[in-house]
Amino acid sequence: MLIRRPADIKSSEITDPLIYRQRREFIKGAAAISALAALPLRADAATKLSGVKKSTYTVDEVLTPFNDITTYNNFYEFGTDKASPAIQARNFVPRPWTVTVEGMVKRPMTFDIDDLMKWPLEERVYRLRCVEGWSMVIPWTGFPLNEILKRVEPTGSAKFVEFTSLNDPKRMPGQRSPVLDWPYVEGLRLDEAQHPLTLMVVGLYGEVLPNQNGAPLRLAVPWKYGFKSAKSIVRIRLVEKAPISSWMRATPNEYGFFSNVNPDVDHPRWSQSKERRIGEFLKRKTLPFNGYGAQVAAMYAGMDLRKFF
Amino acid sequence: MAKAALFFVCLIPLGRLVWLAFNGGLGANPIEFITRSTGTWTLVLLLVTLSITPLRKLTGYNALIRVRRMLGLFAFFYVCLHFTTYIWLDQFFEWASILKDIKKRPFITVGFASFVLLIPLALTSTNAMMRRLGRRWQQLHRLVYLIGIGGVVHYWWLVKKDITQPALYALVLALLLGYRLTLWLQARKRVAPPPAPITPVNLASHK
Ligand code: HEM
Repeated sequence: MLIRRPADIKSSEITDPLIYRQRREFIKGAAAISALAALPLRADAATKLSGVKKSTYTVDEVLTPFNDITTYNNFYEFGTDKASPAIQARNFVPRPWTVTVEGMVKRPMTFDIDDLMKWPLEERVYRLRCVEGWSMVIPWTGFPLNEILKRVEPTGSAKFVEFTSLNDPKRMPGQRSPVLDWPYVEGLRLDEAQHPLTLMVVGLYGEVLPNQNGAPLRLAVPWKYGFKSAKSIVRIRLVEKAPISSWMRATPNEYGFFSNVNPDVDHPRWSQSKERRIGEFLKRKTLPFNGYGAQVAAMYAGMDLRKFF
Repeated sequence: MAKAALFFVCLIPLGRLVWLAFNGGLGANPIEFITRSTGTWTLVLLLVTLSITPLRKLTGYNALIRVRRMLGLFAFFYVCLHFTTYIWLDQFFEWASILKDIKKRPFITVGFASFVLLIPLALTSTNAMMRRLGRRWQQLHRLVYLIGIGGVVHYWWLVKKDITQPALYALVLALLLGYRLTLWLQARKRVAPPPAPITPVNLASHK
């Protein structure tokens, strides 16, 4: 093939971490000074996360380059073109930031993102399969969503979990257009939300999560199509009835509540049997539950997955 | 001179793709990029071709007609690239899956139909064919209206949610076809005598 791409070596891989961090400190100091000069202070994407454990929930596949993961994004809050979040989210400042957990819980709580970042973090390499027919392999950093759920203690009547993303057209220019019903809403069944694979993500490639990937806090639910993994989450609500997600509201016949990756159930307008792994030439077969069937299929035993798509 | 310049202008989108391909500029999903780019330029060139007649009539600048064929053939050239990208880079000659797409995916069905309809127009674009077909040449080439509509519908049906782009193309197409429709209706009002009853006599005279 003629198509050539530059090698994706990140500076952090070349530079000794100690020097790197010292440099960061220096830059921070410099930034503090320049703040006096009223220069905008960037949110610290690209800051290395420390004390991250490697998790065993990791697939042994070639990682998608950092550059592809951060320039090819479906994040309609920052434009509908996949190249535009990297540009339009550049000056987004994901601070101050809290996430409120409420609804059918014994102890509703509000967490500050800077506190969440101090929780034990682990790195997991997950597959991501977009409903559009492409996929990536991504090293996320985060903690299981269940860590939050355990603390708030869902009541017996809580059956579903609803996730709401930030609604702020001033900071998210894509929201000035009514492509979707803002704010972005997604949902999981409680057992799906409690599943050990369901990850709250705060980092990518060992660094603070870039804005265009859903900073400061997003979900990664690897056995479902990408849009189920809500980004820039500000509220988590435990509810009795299945939430109506933004995509279900937009086109009910094309997007169902579960949206598990399923090669046998086509999107009404295109096939889901194959996918193009970003960076590869030939398409590969899409796996049921995106290859996580051994871990998750039991949750759907006896369900007609054509009906509950 | 001007025509030669236009020829090279029409090659710029292809040149850009080649340049980007060699400089890592096609993004994370190069095949999607190429498919979309060649599709976009097919539609743009179709609409530019369709705008020649209205422009000519509105400006009285008749020399425009001399570039119309070239523009139409470039539209055909880009749809061939677009189709080849799909068959080769996207589907990698998986005929079963290609046939299934054409049958089952309405946006592919419509795109494919438009492509197939363009073939006879390209084949009959020579002077010799024009002469040979006479009045039927024009009738045949009116298919381009249908092809334009097909192209816009194809685009409309393939976008996931944000229909801004296809809506813009639809608007331009509506203006271009609306202009022709208006002229046609006016002409009919001016010349059409009250419809004559159909009798064997005037049927014969229409032979
Ligand atoms: C006159 C005929 C055609 C025209 C005017 C046309 C035009 C277009 C346009 C404007 C796009 C969207 C570009 C964008 O997203 O920016 C597109 C995409 C596409 N077209 Fe066509 N096309 C035609 C024929 C075909 C044919 C024959 C096929 C295949 C059999 C085809 C397959 C596709 C595919 C697969 C896409 C990309 C869908 C995606 O990336 O989501 N098109 N085309």
